[in-house]
Amino acid sequence: MTVADTGSANGDIAIPDEVARNVFIGNIAKLLDPLYNWSRRNSIWPVTFGLACCAIEMICTASSRYDLARFGMEVFRATPRQSDLMIISGTVTKKMVPVIVRLYNQMPEPRYVLSMGACASGGGPFKEGYNVVDGIDKFLPVDVYVPGCPPTPQALINGLIALQEKIDQQSIATAPWYRKDDPTAGMLPVPVLGPDLVDLRQLDIIRAKAADYEAQVTESAGVEAAAQA
Amino acid sequence: MSDIILEPTADAPGPDVELTPAQEATAKLKELHPNVLSDDTREGYEGMIVYADSITEVAKTLRDDLGFNYLSSVTGVDLIEEGKMEVVYHFYSIDRGGGPVVLKAQVNRDEPVLPSLVSIFPGADFQEREAYDMYGFNFLGHPDLRRILTWDGFAGHPLRKDWKEPFFEEEFKPYGSRWPDGQVFRVEEKTPYGKNVQYPPGWAPTGEEYDIETDVYLGLTYSRDATPGLKTDKVTVNLGPQHPSTHGVFRMVVTLDGETIVDLKPVVGYLHRNHEKIGERNTFIMNMPYTDRLDYLSSMSNNLGYALAVEKLFDLTVPERAEWIRILMVELTRIANHLWALGFLLNDLGALQTPMLYYYLERELIVDFFEAASGSRMMCNYMRFSGVAYDLPDDVRGMPTMKFLEELIYNNLPRAIDQGDDLMTGNEIVRARAIGVGVLTPEDAIAMSTAGPVLRASGVPYDIRRAEPYSYYDHLDFDVAVRYNGDIYDRYLIRVDEMRQSLRILQQVLPYLKQTEGAPIFGDKPQYAQRAPRSGESYGRVENPKGELGYYVTAKRRSGNPERYHVRAPSFINLTALGPMAKGHKVADVVAILGSIDIVLGEVDR
Repeated sequence: MTVADTGSANGDIAIPDEVARNVFIGNIAKLLDPLYNWSRRNSIWPVTFGLACCAIEMICTASSRYDLARFGMEVFRATPRQSDLMIISGTVTKKMVPVIVRLYNQMPEPRYVLSMGACASGGGPFKEGYNVVDGIDKFLPVDVYVPGCPPTPQALINGLIALQEKIDQQSIATAPWYRKDDPTAGMLPVPVLGPDLVDLRQLDIIRAKAADYEAQVTESAGVEAAAQA
Repeated sequence: MSDIILEPTADAPGPDVELTPAQEATAKLKELHPNVLSDDTREGYEGMIVYADSITEVAKTLRDDLGFNYLSSVTGVDLIEEGKMEVVYHFYSIDRGGGPVVLKAQVNRDEPVLPSLVSIFPGADFQEREAYDMYGFNFLGHPDLRRILTWDGFAGHPLRKDWKEPFFEEEFKPYGSRWPDGQVFRVEEKTPYGKNVQYPPGWAPTGEEYDIETDVYLGLTYSRDATPGLKTDKVTVNLGPQHPSTHGVFRMVVTLDGETIVDLKPVVGYLHRNHEKIGERNTFIMNMPYTDRLDYLSSMSNNLGYALAVEKLFDLTVPERAEWIRILMVELTRIANHLWALGFLLNDLGALQTPMLYYYLERELIVDFFEAASGSRMMCNYMRFSGVAYDLPDDVRGMPTMKFLEELIYNNLPRAIDQGDDLMTGNEIVRARAIGVGVLTPEDAIAMSTAGPVLRASGVPYDIRRAEPYSYYDHLDFDVAVRYNGDIYDRYLIRVDEMRQSLRILQQVLPYLKQTEGAPIFGDKPQYAQRAPRSGESYGRVENPKGELGYYVTAKRRSGNPERYHVRAPSFINLTALGPMAKGHKVADVVAILGSIDIVLGEVDR
């Protein structure tokens, strides 16, 4: 009789040799995680989605010289519904960001976002522009940031390897996308274009500011009226 | 090849004092319209100020009687101190070449109304919409005057001088808050919402969704087919902004009858990065890296156009070696760009990726050279006013530079171009899908202000390197590539032709580079000290791989910042022709027609 290390509270149950020789008894997650992550990390399919200059370097990364196929990532899908990864490759503008959030909402889980270049990460050289979103992380959860303007293909590959390392650390047992109360499953609110970009999560602040302003205007009008009287 | 080093003769006045075509036309125009034209007498300004209501008549005379049939650039300028705004028009003559006839129409700042030129020059369509969007000009008679770069409902007209962006700090850079003490702060912390947004005072969302989409569809012709007994309807389909074949974040709203295109409207602005607003806060030299990001496939040519415009304004001269290096860089850029464009065009035609991958191998060689020379693969930021930033590198990919260039120009590039030509040009599928599709007649091509390969593929041999030579192009021997059918196939062929001509130019440049080795590459003035020596305006234009790239720059005397900085983007204006070219074809052809125009969204939306 041997005692199999099952890693559980019942680990000291005696198991017949016959069974131990033919059946694996252990932590299923420990066995499956490497397999599960190995298959996921080597088949990350990005969305065919180029925004600006960085998209050119993204295409270069995918083409012959840098050959993204070595990492199993050459399958760029034109639809977000078949993709695992969204590479935000370029400047995110206010006119574009509703589309990006909508695309992200359409991606199945597990989904990852890689922010490529200075513009996507924080506005970059165009940050002060009136039509530029100062970083896609204001709207989407970002997994990897790649610096550069534009990042070279090597830098992008480095970022993708960082993403693979992140995937390696995930466990099938704790992955949020298999849980019933998945905190990441909900649709992100799609921003709306009003007189400027309206983030629906900030409606209360905007309304409060407007109310403050109205109060100020009525107050100053009252002061003026009093002065005139 | 002569062994005498050339003297810069381009700027020296010729012995004959003949009037240039533009001067001649200006004089005639004044005779024909004496009451509505007056010379622009501001210091450093050229052209004529025209009475705004008469701009259509004057433009008509220019086009019909004087041969200035090409409206290159239309742009607004805010003259806030005078309480006026003006629209600046640059007309060129396709047949006679030479400089522009510049007209300016001034209107009251509070009520900027003037007639539209679209009925005479359809190419003014998008540019007038842009001027409306950015400044609020109301062009009477414009068929579809809507916002183009921002969206309907956007608050204000952003390029007006009194309009401030959410992250506004100061009028001009370098910002006193940051310099010289080197304070660093996050501008987000200073805005109430923590991000780059601002709302009109007192504005609160009503909860109603803003539907910007409907306005796009309003411009389309939508009608029920009245065929008796058959109930049919037209369908409106969106391509983009996320679509693998729109070459970026471009969107087309297409009305279809079955699979046939009835109407097509381009919708742009998804990459509008406020180039001009930022450019007017920047110092002159700060704009150089921003020009890289216009047409990001050909940053070197963008640099050159801006450098030319500012050199004209500053009265700077360029040392000889710098000129040769510039031509080397610009022509290599043209080849790199065309390799890219052809790869994508063939991709769109169904040769999925394979030709693209072959072409990009050679492009990588050029990009490596750029990286060795400037430090960056794509965003080269290489040209400077009166020179270039660095001399050529010692070696590229472990090879001495000149040997690398010789290998590239005499061996690798010709081989790649010939290989592509052999495999693709005669290909049955390419021919079937490209010949006779998306035809643009020469008359339309000129009227719609298309430029570059699109214009020349329609049988109009207009190349700025020949029509109004800059740099040393008048010393170089090359042919202006021209094709006559104006379809996709000709727009494919002309790019192959142009690459071969570029190789010819490069082969002529190499000996000069050898001769001038060690010569200065830069004028004597440091970059940061350069301020406008005089007030005035200048328009510098170059033949970019995608067409005529123009920079309109105005400045005040001793000012370190441009007052108006406008980019005439070829991709943007070439898109005017997309709708008319696509009409009547199948929806699958639109992708190929768009690919044959070769747009880059960084330049379309700026």
